[in-house]
Parts: sequence; structure tokens; C-alpha cells
Amino acid sequence: MNASINQQSTWNVQKIRQDFPLLQEQVYGKPLVYLDNAATTQKPAVVIETIGQFYAKENANIHRGIFCLSEQATKRYKSARHKIQEFIHASSDKEIIFVRGATEAINLVAQCYGKSFLKRGDEVLITHMEHHSNIVPWQMLAETNGIKLTVVPINDHGELMMEEFQKLLTDKVKLVSVVHVSNALGTMNPVKEIINAAHGKGIPVLVDGAQAVAHTRVDVQELDCDFYAFSGHKLLGPTGIGVLYGKKNLLEKMPPYQGGGDMIRSVTFEKTTYNDLPYKFEAGTPHIAGVIGLGTAVEYIQSIGLDRIEAYEQELLKYGTEKLLQVPGLRMIGTAAKKSAILSFVLGEAHAHDIGTILDRQGIAIRAGHHCAMPVMQRFKVPATTRASLAFYNTFQEIDRLAEALREVIEVFK
Amino acid sequence: MNGDIRELYQQMIMDHNKSPRNFHPLENADRIAEGYNPLCGDHFKVYVKMEGDVIKDISFDGAGCAISKSSASMMTTALKGKSRQDARALFAEVIKMLSRKIDEPFDPGKVGKLSILAGVCEFPTRVKCASLAWHTMLEGLEPTGKQVTTES
Repeated sequence: MNASINQQSTWNVQKIRQDFPLLQEQVYGKPLVYLDNAATTQKPAVVIETIGQFYAKENANIHRGIFCLSEQATKRYKSARHKIQEFIHASSDKEIIFVRGATEAINLVAQCYGKSFLKRGDEVLITHMEHHSNIVPWQMLAETNGIKLTVVPINDHGELMMEEFQKLLTDKVKLVSVVHVSNALGTMNPVKEIINAAHGKGIPVLVDGAQAVAHTRVDVQELDCDFYAFSGHKLLGPTGIGVLYGKKNLLEKMPPYQGGGDMIRSVTFEKTTYNDLPYKFEAGTPHIAGVIGLGTAVEYIQSIGLDRIEAYEQELLKYGTEKLLQVPGLRMIGTAAKKSAILSFVLGEAHAHDIGTILDRQGIAIRAGHHCAMPVMQRFKVPATTRASLAFYNTFQEIDRLAEALREVIEVFK
Repeated sequence: MNGDIRELYQQMIMDHNKSPRNFHPLENADRIAEGYNPLCGDHFKVYVKMEGDVIKDISFDGAGCAISKSSASMMTTALKGKSRQDARALFAEVIKMLSRKIDEPFDPGKVGKLSILAGVCEFPTRVKCASLAWHTMLEGLEPTGKQVTTES
């Protein structure tokens, strides 16, 4: 198949690439091929400029100053929250809690919801394809609250075994926490179906959307999820900022996460009254520049359009899958029918780490390892995989370069 | 092919990767030490059989990348029959060679055949792969009771 005829005529990937300064860089004298988007995405110039501009011209603390700069910063901070509310289609900006990332968002739910409402013997149902960040917080809760962790198995394609899910969804389950898109396999899980089934039994559902929000349209009201967690830096935004969406009625009955400034209404040594949502969960000076930068990232991604992004990435995935399967000895790990543009594979006798080094010298950045999903590696009986994770600024030619470089790996290992 | 890559993955290294020497558990081993790189999953056990102060036999098993596996394999051939003191001295020389700055000279005479690993220093992310078995071996000789890890 000819690469160029695959591309939609309205989709100008070269023009999009111009928006990303880092994509213009070279490594070892070769143009960078950045295929580690599941780890973190590159940032468009407009996001970098927004953050620079904030520190250069607008920096002040929010919610306190009675001077012009502080008022401006507060306004921009609030406006970013509103943009993110619209981006995931939440019904209120009070439901958007700023945290450091998806990891902290899940920990917040485990600590605030879990510690208050889950008790000994209750079960939290997760899946075999969770990132460590959706396993360990629940194990920690198991230690303090005596809850039990149950796990939905996956089949050889890396898909959830839904009939097993139905069986595991017993009356003991008090929370379901499931990844929307697997970072190690690319599987897009049927979260809507999972949420419907859980709600049928009155069980709330947390969705880990870290790998989803930059690649597919997310509507938390349509999904009807109770919590949705994601990171800014996988969404073209800065590191250190992320979002926990939570339904207002749940967030309201949860105790605060951390104590400090901003999360209170009044403090005396005898009694403290907590602030309203979302501030109740945002103690201390927040990552103001990060929030504003994330607001710009979300605007940028909307200007391109998630439907178009998803359509293009699906073409890249189809082309990439075909191309890589032509590489002798390559075995794809994660062959779900519904996938995001993640190509995780093993190649003959070559260890992922060696593949990573050889590709790196060709200017190709991929991830080699267990992808913080060691149970997935154990399930497929591999120590590690090589993972190319694509974004809408990647090209068909870059996939060709990856396939070519993999043939060099075979040369070294023959 | 990229010259640095050819330099790193020389034939002898690939040969040790494909057919690692002393690649089996050791019955009657006095010491078994375990080394682990949590970043990439490389995981080896090094078995040591001492006779007085001399390494009578040494072997390894486990799984890892070509660099870690071949380094472990070459280590076992280099250390068999060596005294504890010589093994420690060779360990120090190998670590020095692996972690030196690229333009820093080293004396290949001090490490013998292991000088084939000299190019690893050009790949900073791979130094831990090449040194994993060596640190594990040292734990075998001078136990602290801890699992050897590249991340401490």
C-alpha cells in the first residue's frame, strides 16, 4: 500500500508538525522520529509560549491578591478549568479537580473515597491490564482498610473477558476501577458497557483515561462514569498537572485530600470549615502555570478536532500494524479488535532494551520495558516489549523508518 | 549500519548472547546472589562455589538483554579459578572501564578479553546492563543479604 494515498486530503500532517518545536530536532544527525507518545506527548509552541508568557508577564498567586495581576491570574486559572470542563463535557466546573496527574487522581479517590466508604471485605474490581497506578493505590487501601482486590482477566488478544467481568461483579464489589485505553496493549475497553453493568448494581466506576483523552472524544456525562482521571502531559500539556473528574454528589460527601490553604473557608484552633468544590480538594498554591498551559493544550487539540485526530491515528495504526507484521519474527502483543494507536511487540531473540538502543541511534524514540504494567508482561509471558505509541503528528514515513530500523535489529541479531 | 551499533554489538558479544557460557544453576553452590534491573526487567542469579579463597566454579542463569547476558557470560569465564582478591580487583577495573567518560583512556591489559565491552561507555543507558552481573557476583562473594538492584 502506498503511504501517501492513505492520508486524508484535508489532513495536513506536515503543517501540524510545524506547531511542535521538538519535532524539528535531530538526534545523532538524523531527524527525530518520536514514537513514545504514551509516555508523554510533545508540546505545541502555543502551550510553551503560554507558560513562558505567564511567568514573564502575568505571574501572581491566585484567589488572594487584590491587585491587578492576581485578579488576572485568577481569571485565567478559572477559565482554564472551564475549558477542561467543556473538553470532557462535565456538567459543572466544580467537578474538575486539579491534581499532579492521573496517578494522583486515582490515589485521591483511593484515599478520600476508599478510606471513608470502603470497609473490610469490600471488593475493588480492576483489570489485568491496569497500569501500576491503578493497582498499587488499591493494594495500599487493602492494607489500611482490609478491602480485597479482584481482577478481570484478559484473553490472548489483550481484551477484557467480559463474561468473567460479569461473574466478578458480585454484591461484594463496591468500586470498579478500569483503564479506558491500555498503555501496554493499546486495547480500548468497553467502558460504557462496564459502567452500565456496574451501575445496574449501584456500584460506582472510576475510569483511568490517561491514554484516552488525547486520542478519542471523551464525554463523561455520556459515559456516566463516577470518576475520570487523566494527566496533562499526555495531552500536549505540561508535566505536573492532571485532572480528576468526579460527580458532584460523590465529591461532596468525600472528605478533603490534603489540608492547607485554599481548601478552607474558615480556620480556628477549635474548628475548621472546608471550602466548596473544587477547592476542597486543592490545598495550597496550585500549579497555576500548568493549569493555564493545560487549558491552552486543550484549546489546541480542539482546534484540530478529536474526531479527525482519531480517524487519522486509526489509519496510522492500520498501516503500522501491517508494516510491522511484515518484519520477520515480529510478534504483536495486544491485538484487540478495538485499539488505540499503540504498537507493542517482541522481535525474535532481540531483547526490547537492545532494540531500543539500535532504534535510538537511528533517531527513533520508542519505549522498551514493562511499561509500568508488569502483570500484562506476566500474562503474555514476556519480560518486556518494545512499544511504538503514535500521535496525530506522526507520519506514515516515520512508520516506514521504524520498520526499516527493525530490519537492522534483525541484522545485528542474526 | 551505524558504526557505534556495530561496535557495541560485536560478534563476540553476540556469540556470548546466543550461547552463554556457564549458563545453568550450580549444584552445591556456596553462594547464590540475585541481581535485578527494575527498569528493563533484567534478572540474573549468580552461583559461586568457593574452595578456600578461590572461586572453584561460577555460573549464572536468568534473562536479560544481549549486553547484560554476554557480560555475565564473559564474567564467569574470566573469574573461574581466580582468588577472591583478584575477582574484586577485576570487578573494579571492569566498572571503571564501563563507566568512564568516552574520551578517557583505559588500559585494556587490565581486563583482557572483557575489553570488548569498552564501547558500552558510549551508551550511558546501557552501563547498568553490562555491570548488573558484576555487582551480583560481588554480592555473592561478599554478601550483604540484599538483592542487587541497578536502582538504589
